[in-house]
Amino acid sequence: MERTFQKVEEILKKHEYKKENLIRILLDVQKQYRYLPEDVINYIGVALQLPPAKIYGVGTFYAQFSLKPKGKYTILLCDGTACHMEGSISLLKAIEEELNIKPGEVTKDLVFSVDQVGCLGACALAPAMVINEEVYGNLTPEKVKEIIKKLKEGEKDAQ
Amino acid sequence: MLSNINQAAEFIEKQKGRRKKKLSNLSIYVCVGTGCTAKGAMKVYNEFQRVLEKEGLISSVKLSMLEEKESPLKKTGCCGRCSNGPLVNVLPHGYFYSHVTIDDVQKIVEKTIKHGEPVEELLLVDPATNERVKTLEETSLYKNQNFYIMEDIGKCECDSIEDYMARGGYSSLLKVLSGMTPDQIVDAVKASGLRGRGGGGFPTGLKWEAAKNSKADKKFVVCNGDEGDPGAFMNRTLLERDPHLVLEGMIIAGYTVGAQKAYAYIRAEYPIAIHMFQKAIDDAKKLGLLGENILGTGFSFDVEIKEGAGAFVCGEETALLASIEGKRGMPRPRPPFPAQSGLWGYPTLINNVETYANIPRIIRDGVEKYRQLGVVSSPGTKMFSVTGPLKVTGIIEVQFGTTLRKIIYDICGGLIDGEEFKAVQIGGPSGACLSREFLDMPLDYDTLRSADAMVGSGGIVVITKRTCMVEVARFFLDFTKRESCGKCIPCREGTMQAYTILEKFTQGKATTQDLQNLEFLAKLIKSTSLCGLGKTAPNPIISTLKLFKDEYISHLNGICPSGTCTAFKKYTINQELCKGCGLCARACPQGAITGERGKPYRIDQEKCAKCGLCVEKCKFKAIEIL
Repeated sequence: MERTFQKVEEILKKHEYKKENLIRILLDVQKQYRYLPEDVINYIGVALQLPPAKIYGVGTFYAQFSLKPKGKYTILLCDGTACHMEGSISLLKAIEEELNIKPGEVTKDLVFSVDQVGCLGACALAPAMVINEEVYGNLTPEKVKEIIKKLKEGEKDAQ
Repeated sequence: MLSNINQAAEFIEKQKGRRKKKLSNLSIYVCVGTGCTAKGAMKVYNEFQRVLEKEGLISSVKLSMLEEKESPLKKTGCCGRCSNGPLVNVLPHGYFYSHVTIDDVQKIVEKTIKHGEPVEELLLVDPATNERVKTLEETSLYKNQNFYIMEDIGKCECDSIEDYMARGGYSSLLKVLSGMTPDQIVDAVKASGLRGRGGGGFPTGLKWEAAKNSKADKKFVVCNGDEGDPGAFMNRTLLERDPHLVLEGMIIAGYTVGAQKAYAYIRAEYPIAIHMFQKAIDDAKKLGLLGENILGTGFSFDVEIKEGAGAFVCGEETALLASIEGKRGMPRPRPPFPAQSGLWGYPTLINNVETYANIPRIIRDGVEKYRQLGVVSSPGTKMFSVTGPLKVTGIIEVQFGTTLRKIIYDICGGLIDGEEFKAVQIGGPSGACLSREFLDMPLDYDTLRSADAMVGSGGIVVITKRTCMVEVARFFLDFTKRESCGKCIPCREGTMQAYTILEKFTQGKATTQDLQNLEFLAKLIKSTSLCGLGKTAPNPIISTLKLFKDEYISHLNGICPSGTCTAFKKYTINQELCKGCGLCARACPQGAITGERGKPYRIDQEKCAKCGLCVEKCKFKAIEIL
């Protein structure tokens, strides 16, 4: 796929082509493409005069970044202390059954992806998950399935 | 724009007067913390907006003799009782409503707002007495806490700088700018005995002194809001409910050490906190409390947010600084300490969110009054996030020296019915598990350290008899193993090996030699790792080995006392209950279940992977777990 890098240029400009803003730039790239594409990494490397290996190093260090595409709906399932003890594993099972993907994977149509994360800071609502910045708390496997089904339906209607 | 200190002082007085008027009039505070928002607080807020508009009450609050009017509807930050959300506080009566849904809004407007009567069924239940109480202040959980950093709980506007100033906010900054020298401030912070709230408990005053005394043409102030501990959310709460308090503390720090620029490092996982803090920065700039030549004093200071991109190790100060510079967040050896050589080699003062929040209070109240809270070695209060199967979960604030018993039973109402207390995990992955015997130990930095535990950032997770302590240790090592940055060998390889041994325990494959190896490894990692992550990573192992060794030994003998570890479970089919429908056999991914239709089925123990799918499928509850 040909890329014009116009969006990347906008992001770089917004962050003043500064090396110290690399993490912010990558956060914006991740938001834009839902992953860090290799050619974009190279492009940023040239623009910031950084070796692509350095950017790759940052990209693999932080949990927010991904080198593989994420889904339109990124499900972050909390596996922090409180959620773990309240049964987050059973929620993962429910997601796996509903979407047929494992943590770190994305559905074939690129609509859903699932990741297990350390702690979302929503412990009082354990077990919890976040889908595109919206927090869902006090979950049960049934509730999880229902939420995903609703999103699936919304997706169908949109088409 | 306020151009000098007198003008600012007048502005604060004016806001105080307005707030007094507001509180004696009708005000509706809807809690919009992350907890309540997840439970639909914004929907409730919007419904209030709609109903109040319809009823013609939307600009009913007269602020002055002039025609200045305001809406009674306000957003307030986290009230700490996240499990009861969405929460709504209606003043002047002070009726405090819990579990409010959009269907309740009309009722509240009719009964409370129009007639001043409470809506009984929405009032808060006091966990101590199980009775409904009218106001938050009447509950035992309120009376047993010491709201100091979280002053004005339930009646402060989280998104308004005017409201913060009306509550006395930025008075401490004025006091500092109008007559305190940096040395006097350092002396006050030192005398207050304030210790770093991020976990280590290092005396804050010493850090400030070192940063102030460093000579350089540029200095930085950094706020550590990379709250990565699973089970902790105090920093998030504080940034969401009173961002200006943290900001004011940072500005005072900048003035003291002679810095021109500050970074607030906040996790990208906390979008509401980032939004609130950014708004606080913008509002303070508009009023001239931040930026060039603050209040005409010649002191210039700027604050910028840096989003953390998800790495637990970045809570370690040198790793955090690397991350701000746009690099991988790897720690480096100290000395040199950041106060001598931090961001880009310049002296940098770095403190936790909650530490900065204490500063305006110390300046406002003076050292003597500040030290009345807490104990001699750990003055002041601490916010804790309390979670687990308790009647009330959420954020609490107590003075140092409070016992776990008081927190768990008096404030949070004890465990929910049917659960039995086993232990408390305090301080996250760097912390420890404490057994029943520690319930009456006063919580402060030094007492906890003597018990091989630490305050950490302040997460308290209550563990019941249902949970296996070996599994808890395995869970935390799984976390630190993943979050280890990989720079030093003891942490990178040590946590991996310790995790592997713990996994053997939970799978029933461990030997006595493994137990010895684990004890040795834990001590080794603790004494040889480079940074705080590695040094504290074995704490969950050390504390569980000390207090719950019997559970480890049980695992060696093939028993998991709590019944958590699946490897020790045995799935069998009750031959009398089974109707022979065959659903379980079809669901079994291992092909371990066999039988003939209409006759009871059987599970082949050799093949069974103990996944539990058959239990879910069986309609006759015939599959039993031993």
